Amino acid sequence: MPAIETVALEKAYSVGFWRKKRKQALYSLSLAVEEGEVFGYLGPNGAGKTTTLKLLMGLIYPTRGSAKILGRDISDPWMKAQIGFLPEQPYFYDHLTARELLDYYAGLSGVPGKDRKRRIDEVLKRVALPDAGHTQLRKYSKGMLQRVGIAQAIIHDPKIIFLDEPMSGLDPIGRREVRDLIQALKEEGKTIFFSTHILSDAETLCDRVGVINKGRLRGIGILADLAREVSGKIEIVWHGASARAAMEYLGAKPHATGELFRAVLSEEKMDAAIDAIRKNSAKLVSITPVRVTLEQFFLDKLEDEVPTTIPSEEEVAK
Amino acid sequence: MSERHKVTIIATFTLVVSLVLSVACAKVVDRLRGEATLQEVLYIPSANTVKHLSLGYRGLLADIYWTRVVQYFGGKHHLKSKQFQLLNPLLQITTTLDPKLIVAYEFGSIFLAQQPPEGAGDPQAAAELVKKGIEQNPDNWRLYYSLGFIYWQELHDPKSASDAFLRGSQIPGAQVWMKIMAAALAQHADEHQTARMLWTNIYQNSDDKLIKANAVKRLTALRVDEEVSFLQGYIERYRQQNGHYPTSLSELQTAGWVRRIPMDPLGYPYLIRDGRIQVAHPDELPFITKGLPPGMEASDIPKIPSN
Amino acid sequence: MRQRIGAIAYNTFREAVRDRVLYNLVVFAILIVGSSLIFGEISIGIERQILVNLGLAAISLFGVVIAIFIGIQLVSKEIEKKTLYTVLGARPVRRWEFILGKFTGLTGTLVVNAGFMAIGFFAALLYLTHHFERADGYLIVALYFIVLQFVLITALALLFSTFSTPLMSAIFAFAMFVIGTFAEDLRGFAGMTTGATKYAAMGLAWLVPNFAAFNVISEVAHSVPISGQLVFYNTLYALLYATVCLSAAVIIFERRNFK
Repeated sequence: MPAIETVALEKAYSVGFWRKKRKQALYSLSLAVEEGEVFGYLGPNGAGKTTTLKLLMGLIYPTRGSAKILGRDISDPWMKAQIGFLPEQPYFYDHLTARELLDYYAGLSGVPGKDRKRRIDEVLKRVALPDAGHTQLRKYSKGMLQRVGIAQAIIHDPKIIFLDEPMSGLDPIGRREVRDLIQALKEEGKTIFFSTHILSDAETLCDRVGVINKGRLRGIGILADLAREVSGKIEIVWHGASARAAMEYLGAKPHATGELFRAVLSEEKMDAAIDAIRKNSAKLVSITPVRVTLEQFFLDKLEDEVPTTIPSEEEVAK
Repeated sequence: MSERHKVTIIATFTLVVSLVLSVACAKVVDRLRGEATLQEVLYIPSANTVKHLSLGYRGLLADIYWTRVVQYFGGKHHLKSKQFQLLNPLLQITTTLDPKLIVAYEFGSIFLAQQPPEGAGDPQAAAELVKKGIEQNPDNWRLYYSLGFIYWQELHDPKSASDAFLRGSQIPGAQVWMKIMAAALAQHADEHQTARMLWTNIYQNSDDKLIKANAVKRLTALRVDEEVSFLQGYIERYRQQNGHYPTSLSELQTAGWVRRIPMDPLGYPYLIRDGRIQVAHPDELPFITKGLPPGMEASDIPKIPSN
Repeated sequence: MRQRIGAIAYNTFREAVRDRVLYNLVVFAILIVGSSLIFGEISIGIERQILVNLGLAAISLFGVVIAIFIGIQLVSKEIEKKTLYTVLGARPVRRWEFILGKFTGLTGTLVVNAGFMAIGFFAALLYLTHHFERADGYLIVALYFIVLQFVLITALALLFSTFSTPLMSAIFAFAMFVIGTFAEDLRGFAGMTTGATKYAAMGLAWLVPNFAAFNVISEVAHSVPISGQLVFYNTLYALLYATVCLSAAVIIFERRNFK
């Protein structure tokens, strides 16, 4: 049984006052995340990442399709006690202290009274806020708030943790701390689903990534596989403008820095390229196979253009 | 999803039930509060206080107070109460807030002046109210009419009444009969005629339901008084002729004195008791001064038991 | 279930009580109560009456403002600022539990407020009259009715903030208060209309929250007793109408998409 599962999950909004147009925020999303996985949900801003998370959290209702977490329906209260959520740019009650907040949340999640203090101490230490527990939250910096956010997401020791842009607004040190924390949680066997538009974070942490753009899931990839994959292309670096024309003839688009040229070609043209350089008395500097990076995978998947608004009935009728 | 539906259904059911019950409850509360009002325990601030507190929304407050006047009088009248202490203060507040609310002065001229249970029985206060109205609305000749009416009907002062009608008649736009009324009153002309003219005028010129209804009752009472006098005259002559009063009015009919059995405006036949003409249901004819059973005073109408 | 509602209520109460604006309003109300003592000195012989009238009116009005202000702030703010996401999204809290918890917390806050203002009021009264009379007991009834008003207005404010922006909710709630204060006159107006308008007007007049019935300030200023029946039925009405508002709030909240 997957930890998180969506089946043809869709969300459409009616926008506008008079002539209501439908805006499809999410098209038929079907994905599954296994227990113990760290799943990265990648996409540019406005792609539908937060919409997906809100659907999973039961904060908005799907127009079609369904989702299950831990095999249970989205509204199942037992399941809700097993998950934690950090929303984007969290904000908490101004006048409470971190300890009071965590105590409140722990209570709501069903953590028994006697365990709470201990857990709060542990969690505050984990998110590197051991001393700030008695200050009111309105005095917290953004980074501290983010950490409190993570604290409230894990205070009740959930099985699955959902994070929406967990690194946003953090400085490099903060980001590293959060990354380490996620790594540690993974090692505890927790499932982690987090959305981000920063690829390097995903690269270090995730087992699998899904790419979403304009409401559609463009692709899912296993990062390990992506790292291994060779794209079938090579990168040639040579010295000498004389070979330029010949290389262009082969289909390359060289970049020049002074006399140093660099171009990418498909692997089969490697021999022809080497000949071209030698024949034109240029000097070969290096030949390297090109690896698929996450960025490439990401950008590839983003490229397909598909209309995002379903035309209204009047337009179809025209 | 089904939990969501369950909650929605329970909540809807609770909403509807609570709403219905709350309206029922509100009605009970209204009755309890209403009783308090009718027991004269509601404190009424002075007219000037209200005016100062009204923050410029005087017109609206005047309307609100006018509504309260009508409610108050209606409620009291329905219960045949004899106490109308709040009527004058309420009218004072209403007219202080909106001095041009003519209907309030007209209402007061009738219902403040008439004897209980048809009114507050305070014609002086009524006169004061109308004089205030005249001061605030010097171009309104009808208010002089109201003033004259009070003097004549309730204060039994035909001279002041005549003066009022005369002054009113001099205002541009006043109708001709104002002069006629002034003259008639000065000459102590026939009372019934005068009264009939007055009440007919009121009926025709007012738009207020209560005022019109009251005028109709008055005119009916006038008719009854006239008919009773007339019939009394008839049976006196009958007695002179035959040595005794007829035992019932059908004897008059048989004897050819009248074509049909005389009926009062409500449709009941007139009765003869001990040589006097009486109406069958005096409690349904307020304001009559003749044809009442012995021992019953004109203003002493028994209460209809309210249950 | 109760534990969660209680936790939300306590949290709401705590958040409200620590908000400084609340204190300002309460202090202001107490000041007005105190200042009425000065007015009393000016008009001889009716100091107590003025104190009661002005004091209770101030408590009533400020209390309503506080109720609306806090009520809306605490719910709309939660929705706007996404604290709601963490409470509802990843916790076994049902949406209706959230509404009930909020309502309980807000009502508790207002009762405590009213308590402080009442203390100020009775202190002023004691200063004026130097001892309490039997009739002063009715002042407590008047204050109780004022608290019932708060409960009602809180329920309304809560209802409006489940679907409306903070500003609009405040306006609606205050408008309902004003209309409800004139509910008895509204019924009078309705009684004077005829025909189809009459049914519509009467229906409306009975559905509007009956704030007018809770106003016994004039009576207690004249030491007039309030009937026990009225206390009972007013309490019942407040509970029923609050239930109406809360049920509606639950229905709306249950269906709402939190964008």
